[in-house]
Formats: sequence, structure tokens, C-alpha cells
Amino acid sequence: MSADTPLQNDHDGNENPPVDGSELIRFDKVTKRFGSNVVLDELDFSVASGKHVTLIGPSGSGKTTILRLLMTLLKADEGTIKVNGDYLTHEEKNGKLVPAGEKHVREVRKNIGMVFQQFNLFPNMKVLRNITEAPVTVLGLSKDEADQRARELLDMVGLGDKADAYPTQLSGGQQQRVAIARALAMRPQVLLLDEVTSALDPELVAGVLDVLRDIAHTTDITMLCVTHEMNFARDISDQVLMFDSGRVLESGTPEKIFGDPEHDRTREFLSAVL
Amino acid sequence: MMSSEFFTTWFLPGIWVTIQVTVYAAALGAAIAFGIGLARTSQLWIVRFLAGVYFEIFRGMSALVLMFWMFFALPFFGWQLVPMWAGVSALGLTYGAYGSEIVRGSLAAVAPAQKEAGIALNFTRWQRLRLIELPQAWPEMVPPFNNLLIELLKGTALVSVITVADMTFAGNLLRLGTNETTPVFTLLLVLYFVLAFLITRGMRLVERRAKAGVGQRPQKTGGITSRLSSRGESLQAGSQSAGGM
Repeated sequence: MSADTPLQNDHDGNENPPVDGSELIRFDKVTKRFGSNVVLDELDFSVASGKHVTLIGPSGSGKTTILRLLMTLLKADEGTIKVNGDYLTHEEKNGKLVPAGEKHVREVRKNIGMVFQQFNLFPNMKVLRNITEAPVTVLGLSKDEADQRARELLDMVGLGDKADAYPTQLSGGQQQRVAIARALAMRPQVLLLDEVTSALDPELVAGVLDVLRDIAHTTDITMLCVTHEMNFARDISDQVLMFDSGRVLESGTPEKIFGDPEHDRTREFLSAVL
Repeated sequence: MMSSEFFTTWFLPGIWVTIQVTVYAAALGAAIAFGIGLARTSQLWIVRFLAGVYFEIFRGMSALVLMFWMFFALPFFGWQLVPMWAGVSALGLTYGAYGSEIVRGSLAAVAPAQKEAGIALNFTRWQRLRLIELPQAWPEMVPPFNNLLIELLKGTALVSVITVADMTFAGNLLRLGTNETTPVFTLLLVLYFVLAFLITRGMRLVERRAKAGVGQRPQKTGGITSRLSSRGESLQAGSQSAGGM
């Protein structure tokens, strides 16, 4: 099976039409190694704007590495990543690709937001400032504007009354919903969700997933999601990618992957997690 | 015994000089601690290297000899420092080197995930440092800074040997004049202890405020005062205060 999987071609239905269907993210022969362990092996794949793409697969198959490469928390050993047609960590100089400077990286990176498994809220800031600090400091919004937007987002995630709390005073589920609001406040084109419910107590998972379902169904933000919540993946995804050993084993609509997968490996994995 | 006149003309000003030297050297030391400490986390190897050289040199230098050098040797290079500033500089330069290790270590102890969250929100490196890493490292710096500040206070006694009239200088004068060696040095020990204790109480306040600023509950300090007020939890509190002091 080819690892080259242009997602926009695989999508037949139009129940969730893409924003304009253009290519938002492209991985081109991306290799990532940790020591001698090859996590991603010349990975090619792309995501069309407006799509909700879920990455599934056994642990160690490189799913989280993809998100961390996109967020520039890791550096690829080989290959290139493009966002909106711009190289993420490279620049073209005299026809040659060279590592990009901080300014270029930040310009491309501003389109990307991320929600982490462990929330990673800033404990030294109250909830409201967790959300407003980056819009004010990085985007240059006025404080009033950022405050208003933050309060709207807090209402949306059901935490309108927690603006003045410190993160440590919130439950894990509440912290994760604040983290979602914080990421959205930067108005990214694409939201990376890295196992966002894995660190939560079981009874808190539903609240976070409801918020994400809401976002998936009411906004045109692109989502790239690593999750073990297969029902959630089935609900929100336009596309599911099954990873194994650093490559895309197969991809397709959730109906196809969960209902009638091509590969035995996919079948085994799904029967283990479902 | 000591005449009250001697006390007011020598000892009181001496205490004031000791406090001044401590405050000025602490201010210089803090500036150096943050400057060198931050430089040692720089992405540029040359900055890290130079800051590391500073740290190694001044950590390995005797404050007393450096003070002599600044007082006696620097004039040969055409630079005559007032005795008190020679003392303040020598103390600030050496204690600043120790302090830089506290700054570097506390910054390194901030969870890497916090840095990643800062990157994900597209902060610059300097913004991450200013808004996320330093505010979170600060509460961790306060207790070791407290130790260092007390070391510095006691180290200020060295300035008496380059003719700065601090309280050790006054004590020596008094001893020479009266031969009351035991009471004089006992008094000096008590005075240094009282000043050190005041510093500790002050730094406890700073620490509590710093911890509240990162959303942590202010800890029961378990110091002597709280032990007197609540004897019930004295066992646990006692062991905590032993570690903290």
C-alpha cells in the first residue's frame, strides 16, 4: 500500500463540505528517528482545509510525533512539511532549502494551535489571562477585545464562571476545556488534538468530547486528532488514518475504517480497542 | 562594660553599615545572578560559554582576597574605590555567581510542557521567558536565595578588614579599647543572628506571595511562631522548618 494518501480525493460524501478543499498541510517524505528507532519512515500525507482527520494506531506508531512535528516541538530528520503552501521549518534561499529562522517559523506556525494531553495551562496565570495573554502579546489584540473574546470562548466551553480561578483550582476536565478555549483564541486554521482525554478521569471525558464535537460541527476549523476514543473519532471525522510502524497503513471514511477495514492489522487493532 | 556613648557612636552606625553593605551587595548580586543565570540558558553557545566562564571564575574566588585585590591592587590600575564599594563589589560579584546557579537551576526545573505550550501559542523565546518560565521559576528560587542572602549577610563581616566601619569593625574597636572580648563577640553573634532571622522572616513572606502567584496554596511554614500558636502539629512542622531554615 502506498503511503501517499491525498485525503481530499478519498472523501466522496458532501455531508461536511470543506472550506475550499485546498491543501492545508502536506508532509513530504518526512522521517523522524529517536536514536536508532525510526518513528516516521518517509511519511507522505496531506490534509485538506476544513477536514477533520483522526489518526489511530498502536502506541509508538508515530501519531503524536506527527502533531509534535507540525507544532515545531520536534524537528524532522529528513523531509519537509508545508502549511498553506509555505515550508514550516525551511526557507528557500537561492533555490536551496535551508533551515528557517525564528521569524519565518512563527509566521507559518501562527496558523496552528494545539491542545495537549496534560492541558499545560500556565499555573501562574488565572484562567482568563491564560486565554488572553497570547492574543494580546502575540497577535496584538487590545486587552478589551481579547477579554471579550476569551469570555465568549469560556461560555462556549461551559466555564463562564471560572474566569478568575487559577488552573490548579479546576478539575482536569475543566482545565482541558480552558486549554481548548486558549488554543481557539488564537484563531488557528488547524487545531491539533493530542490524546486530549487520556489524562482525564472517566467521568470527565464526556464533557470535553462534547465541547470538541460542538466545535467540529459548528466551525470550519481543520482538526487533526490523535485519540483512543473510537466513538468520538467516528462522530467527528471525515477521514481516519490507520498508522503502523511510522507509515499510513490505510485511510478512509470512518464508516469504511471502522466497518470494513482492508487490512488485518487494522482489524486486530480495532478489535483490541473497541 | 560598653558605654552607651560608644554604642551610639560606633555600634549603631556599624549595624547600619552592615545593613547597607548587605542590601547593596544583594542588589548587585541579584542583577548578576539573573544576568548570568539567563545567559547560561542562551541558545548561543558563545553567550553560554562566557557566562559559564564568569560563573566558574567567581565561584572559585575567595571573596576576601578579591576584596583585598579591589582595595589594594585596583588603585595601581588608576582606580581607587571607596572602601565600602570595594567590599560591596567583591561580595556582589562572588555571591552573584552563586546566585546565577540558582536562577539557572530553577529555570531548568520548569516543566518542559510549559515551554511547549508557549511555543504552541507562538510566543517568542523572550516572551516565554518573561511570561511563563521566570514567573514559575521564581517561587522555587526564593528559599535558596534566602540561604544565599544570609550567607551574604555573614560575609559582610569581611569588609571590616578593609576599614569599613561595619558592626564587626565596631566590635573589634570595642574589644581593643576595653578587653571585654567575650561579651563583645557574644553580642556580635547575637546581632548577626537577629539580622539573619529578620531576613528569613521577610523571605518567608516573599515566598508565600510568590507561591500564591502561581496558584499554590501558601504553605504552613512551621516556624517557631506558628509552633507556639499551635502545638498540636509541632512534630511535622518542626521537621519542615528544620529543612527550610
